[in-house]
Amino acid sequence: MLDRRLFLKLGGAGLAAALASSRVAFASAPTDKRFIFVFLRGGLDGLHALVPYADADYRRLRPSLALGRDAVLDLDGYFGLHDALGPLMPLWRAGELAFVPAATTRYRNRSHFDGQNLLENGTARPRGARDGWLNRAILGLNGGDDRLALSLGPAVPLILQGAAPVQAWSNEQLPDLNDDFLERLAIVYRDDPLFHAALTGATGMTEPDMSDDAPTNDNFLISSRAAADILRAPQGPRIGVLELGGWDTHNGQPYRLRRLFERLSQGLLALREGLGPVWSETVVMVASEFGRTAAENGNRGTDHGTGGLAMLAGGAVRGGQVAGDWPGLSPRALFEERDVLAVNAYEAIFKALLIGHMGLDPAYAERVVFPESRALEPFTGLLRA
Amino acid sequence: MRSLDTFTALNRFGLGAGPGDDARVGDDPRGWLLDQIRPGQALPPGLRRFRSAAEIRAEIARAGRESNEARTRTVRRAMNRDFRQEVMARLRYEIRTPEVLPERMVRFWANHFTASLSRGSRDGVTIPAYEREAIRPHVFGRFRDMLHAAARNPTLLTYLDNVSSVGPDSPAGQNRQRNRPTATTLNENFARELLELHTLGVDGGYTQDDIIEAAKIFTGWGHGGYRRGGDEPIHGNFQFVRRQHQPGPKTVLGRVYEEAGEEEGLRLLDDLARHPSTARHIATKLVRHFVADIPPPDAVARIEQVFRDTEGDLAEVTRALVLLDAAWADPLAKVKTPHEFVVACFRATGSLPENQPDYFQPMRLLAMMPHSAPSPAGWSDRAADWLGPEALMIRLEWARGFAARQPGTLIPAEILDRSIGAAAREVTTTWVERAPSGDAALAMILASPEFQRR
Repeated sequence: MLDRRLFLKLGGAGLAAALASSRVAFASAPTDKRFIFVFLRGGLDGLHALVPYADADYRRLRPSLALGRDAVLDLDGYFGLHDALGPLMPLWRAGELAFVPAATTRYRNRSHFDGQNLLENGTARPRGARDGWLNRAILGLNGGDDRLALSLGPAVPLILQGAAPVQAWSNEQLPDLNDDFLERLAIVYRDDPLFHAALTGATGMTEPDMSDDAPTNDNFLISSRAAADILRAPQGPRIGVLELGGWDTHNGQPYRLRRLFERLSQGLLALREGLGPVWSETVVMVASEFGRTAAENGNRGTDHGTGGLAMLAGGAVRGGQVAGDWPGLSPRALFEERDVLAVNAYEAIFKALLIGHMGLDPAYAERVVFPESRALEPFTGLLRA
Repeated sequence: MRSLDTFTALNRFGLGAGPGDDARVGDDPRGWLLDQIRPGQALPPGLRRFRSAAEIRAEIARAGRESNEARTRTVRRAMNRDFRQEVMARLRYEIRTPEVLPERMVRFWANHFTASLSRGSRDGVTIPAYEREAIRPHVFGRFRDMLHAAARNPTLLTYLDNVSSVGPDSPAGQNRQRNRPTATTLNENFARELLELHTLGVDGGYTQDDIIEAAKIFTGWGHGGYRRGGDEPIHGNFQFVRRQHQPGPKTVLGRVYEEAGEEEGLRLLDDLARHPSTARHIATKLVRHFVADIPPPDAVARIEQVFRDTEGDLAEVTRALVLLDAAWADPLAKVKTPHEFVVACFRATGSLPENQPDYFQPMRLLAMMPHSAPSPAGWSDRAADWLGPEALMIRLEWARGFAARQPGTLIPAEILDRSIGAAAREVTTTWVERAPSGDAALAMILASPEFQRR
């Protein structure tokens, strides 16, 4: 189905010789746990995914957008799941899917770009660091020598940028380069750190086998399948980052989110299927830079808000629960009289997953990965014992 | 190539070095660039045949009155005839023109006032026309005029949802509230991006209240491509829709704007263009683009000062940029974006794309499809966002194939001298000479850090 080059596959050994300082094996992965971060850029309207359908305030705030009892799949009598996320119900019933509503980072100012920056750099400020928290976490897990992380797509997002080398895969169709050319190029790149690092990061990677999959044009689904196949390998990377955009629904929200929810569901199911036996060792976290206004706007849409949603899926998740606090949607509960109050912190969830699931040193997590976030204690109760 | 300054003039401020460029630059690279700063330049000949955005928009609107199918058909045809063909005409001009600095500024400012296909709106087919009409005429004019032209342009107003923002207390808002009660009929997207991205910058000192008030000021700023009841004629130009306009005074950044309909927005734009935060924000972006990913504070301060002293005269601001010592200090500080890289490859070899896929394929693979920036912030201006491992491999693979398609008559040593000459490191020259074939040598030149930087 996919006609794509093999990244030097075994020929990487020759290149490794040219790149005197680099190591391209995965001999010492510090953990067998898998962590996948799915970044929904644009600001997901959490209330349209995990729907407080039984709440009168919700119906008051959204006269035209509100989903009723018959349009959602009930979870606990108060929250229901948007029916386009229905394919995920088997995970919920199996205790492999949890939600944390009213969640976001420490960011409060409603700019996509600053909000994404802050989520990715792990500090309390949009330009508080030039590298990503997940990259710093990798340095803390194993010193960053092994290619522990996998980026899906042609560009490495900020969350994975930093001192630790990262592998990348994307769905493209250009002819392979021969090893001879790359070995010579490696010499030309030797004294240019930026180009050297990028070339090193591109070599020595295993190629996903997706020959049995049904054809699709959906890049998110293709990336999910590739991520699952690469992360499943015993000697492969352990951490993956996927992106799905288009969530900035200032207008026409019902149709646009339905389509996106369908794609998200298919991607998550592909991860479960593709990871196979290691699904039980896996946590997938789905997050967005912020939530949207509690009230709808005049265009069957919603504007930039604050408290959003975190979704957690995987065999290592203590699922079947809507976790964390929920402030409600009464006028007094809203943040600045417009947004869902963010009572649950993404940083607290990230820390819990890095420490409890990936085995990162808690002191390092506080000091390096999420500086100045001590007040946000790691979230409890999200992982299976 | 005569000097490192020639390399800088042709890459930092240009589009890559092609045949004859060295002689054109001559012995005064700064003077060569300054000569290109001429306000009121004519439209490049290759772009004169394209339709106006209003014409395209009105045609789509009229087709929409017929049927949904007619509209879909019209949009598809406009996508090809107007959008793709203008993108290609623009690209060919960038590859062939000796007047490179104006083209770089058009790219810069179009990115600053990004309108993007990524929202999936039908109106996206007008984006090349928007660039031609609202951005290009002003790159050496006044920032204030460009701001007005962009902010009043239906392409941007549509992309940022302003056409559907309705004042809650306006006749249209009251009407809508009666038919379908909503919490607000306002859409603050345009106002937010105008303050955050186009003028003051995110740290420019405004609040959420300022955004909402600014959004009220701009209610009614739309276009005549909609059917609005009655027998208003369809046209695709800007139109102030009074019945959508929020009545009453508004307060932005501490200043009260008395009710004045369309005038309110014009006054606010003038105030934003004059605001010190805008000067700082624009200067920072320009220096990041033309000097370094991390803009040196001295250089920013200098540009900021010129911007303020000249009230945003972009000819003067561009002159100051060219004359910044910092812009010539490290000729390899920046990395070319995928577009800049692909243009430079064509220029270096003196070739032109033969068909649309020659350009659209690498742009798609390198995640920089024309006029499709992922957000209103536009394309990134930082190397880290363009040079991940996978992105580099795709560049290399594409460049290898590009080199293989070039005629065997090209002489690698000539191309090396022409394109990266004065900046070429010994290791690059050595490995280009040692390449096993002519096209491998050419590929090595295109793949070198010197070629990919600017």
